[in-house]
Amino acid sequence: MEALVASAVGVLTAAGIFLILRRRTFPVILGLSLITYAVNVFLFATGRLALNAPAVLNKYEEVPYTDPLPQALVLTAIVISFGMTAVIVMIALSAYLSAKDDHIDMSASDSVDAPGEDA
Amino acid sequence: MNHWIVAPIVLPAILAPFIIMVLRYHLDLQRIFSVAGVVGLLGIALTITAQASGGDIQVYELGDWPAPFGIVLVLDRMSAMMVLLTALLALPIVLYAIGSGWDDRGKHFHALFHFQLMGVCGAFLTGDAFNLFVFFEVLLIASYGLMTHGGGAVRLKAGVQYVTYNLLGSTLFLFALGTIYGVTGTLNMADLAIRVAEIPPEDTALLRVGAVLLLLVFCIKAAVLPLHFWLPASYANAPLPVAALFAIMTKVGAYSILRVYTLVFGPDVAVTDGLIGDWLQPAALLTLAVGAIGILGTQHIARMVAFCAIASMGTLLIAISLFDETATAAALYYVYHSTLATALMFLVADLVMQRQGGAIEPKPPMAQSGLISSLFFVGAIAMAGMPPLSGFIGKLLVLDAARDAPDANAVWAVILIGSFVTIVGLARAGTLIFWKSHDAKIDTRSEHEDSEEDEPPSAPEPQPALAFTSVFGAVFGLVLLTLFAGPALEYTRKTAEQLFTPYQYITAVMGREE
Repeated sequence: MEALVASAVGVLTAAGIFLILRRRTFPVILGLSLITYAVNVFLFATGRLALNAPAVLNKYEEVPYTDPLPQALVLTAIVISFGMTAVIVMIALSAYLSAKDDHIDMSASDSVDAPGEDA
Repeated sequence: MNHWIVAPIVLPAILAPFIIMVLRYHLDLQRIFSVAGVVGLLGIALTITAQASGGDIQVYELGDWPAPFGIVLVLDRMSAMMVLLTALLALPIVLYAIGSGWDDRGKHFHALFHFQLMGVCGAFLTGDAFNLFVFFEVLLIASYGLMTHGGGAVRLKAGVQYVTYNLLGSTLFLFALGTIYGVTGTLNMADLAIRVAEIPPEDTALLRVGAVLLLLVFCIKAAVLPLHFWLPASYANAPLPVAALFAIMTKVGAYSILRVYTLVFGPDVAVTDGLIGDWLQPAALLTLAVGAIGILGTQHIARMVAFCAIASMGTLLIAISLFDETATAAALYYVYHSTLATALMFLVADLVMQRQGGAIEPKPPMAQSGLISSLFFVGAIAMAGMPPLSGFIGKLLVLDAARDAPDANAVWAVILIGSFVTIVGLARAGTLIFWKSHDAKIDTRSEHEDSEEDEPPSAPEPQPALAFTSVFGAVFGLVLLTLFAGPALEYTRKTAEQLFTPYQYITAVMGREE
């Protein structure tokens, strides 16, 4: 199971990084979502993986339990990344509508500088 | 418990939704409440700074849960002085935004402004690493709204880049926190300090990874060299009063580096030995160099000031990376100077851009040219670190602290040559913008074609008197910082002393048996 979770995080991150390096906004946003999924799975695994174990301590008998804190952390992370993705979608949409193209990089004429300045 | 500690977070947290929900359609009331809120924040900041200056570290347990289980806010000298800096910076900026009419060019400026203040103050006060992440997100999400305030295709495109970069930074932050939690089982900073010191050095491979990832995240926020690419385009295309407020955001990165790498991964923790000195210092030197070259090379006034911000972050991080008490005291003094000077330069740049656009080239004279050029002169003196203003004192302190460092030659050379290049760059810009315009060869009739490139001339009834007053307020802050350099230095010296005896912080947070 560890191998499965680890490779899931790895594959999601790799795919996300590949997509982030694209030139248009839509794949970049998809890539960002994939990376946030990867980090959510990763956070979930930081409390060590335990199968079929409740997230509470039982003081009457020795039963396996799973660490509840990463679950709380991952919940926060999910909410934040979801909100952030919504924000970037809105900003990207309005940029697309007002600039009439969805390139992530700014062309020389867009930039506040004269052409020739490194960006 | 001392409830003043949570007040800098609670006040903007209540005020911002109030402005959105109740005062949505009343810009005048929004302005009044917003200014009142910032003044209130300043009062709170002064109160908690007075409380912290005594030297005992106070802890505020949220929900009354004791330290490693609940989230704590911690008030020590450094967090108090940073909250005070935030409030001091916010006051002239909010007045400028009102005076120049910027807050009228889009919706919800004041609400976002207060959410941003809430995030910044929270990041300075929290004593929990995950909570630091959450406050980073609060300040970032407000900054996304502020950065694209007013709209426009170029600004929105720059906004997309800015959001993407910071979203990646946040993801990296989560990876770092996950790694550190996986190794230590805690995210409370004081508890982390105890556990990190206990881990045997042969088991620390993962912890090193976490520490380096965390440093990378803070370096993204602080715009350290290989990670600075987001800054010039975002700051130059943001509304410039907002860019002036963002001067505090790079300082949040610097603050986090200071906090985490003195408390958790301190100078005598073997795990991260050499991380600050061997890695951060060359990066900081390069940051200053690139900033100075950027000031000299750029053709646009807003980008020039953005490079000023990078250069001053370079100087600040050089001081931090020297990593001892004297250097940290100098760094804390320089934080104040650098934030106020960067904000002042952004506001002056906005005054120029409102009148004749941003390109650094000879153009017909603008209205109030004399007043603006003298403000530019003062800002440039402060930014370049010339006497008599506080930049000179700050740079002198950094140079003095670097005297005994192993690579003092490199530090001195980079800071001095960097300052020289900065002076040349700022002088070039000032000459072209303010002096050449009085050259007889400039054709004054082409005024309209020139001025309509960058900014649509839509400023609705700006009140230049208020705008100028607030810029003078920033100048006044710098003058005060220069005049009272002695007491300020005394405070930062004590702050550095407190930072380098982390057991005070740890016992204050962990040692309470209640």
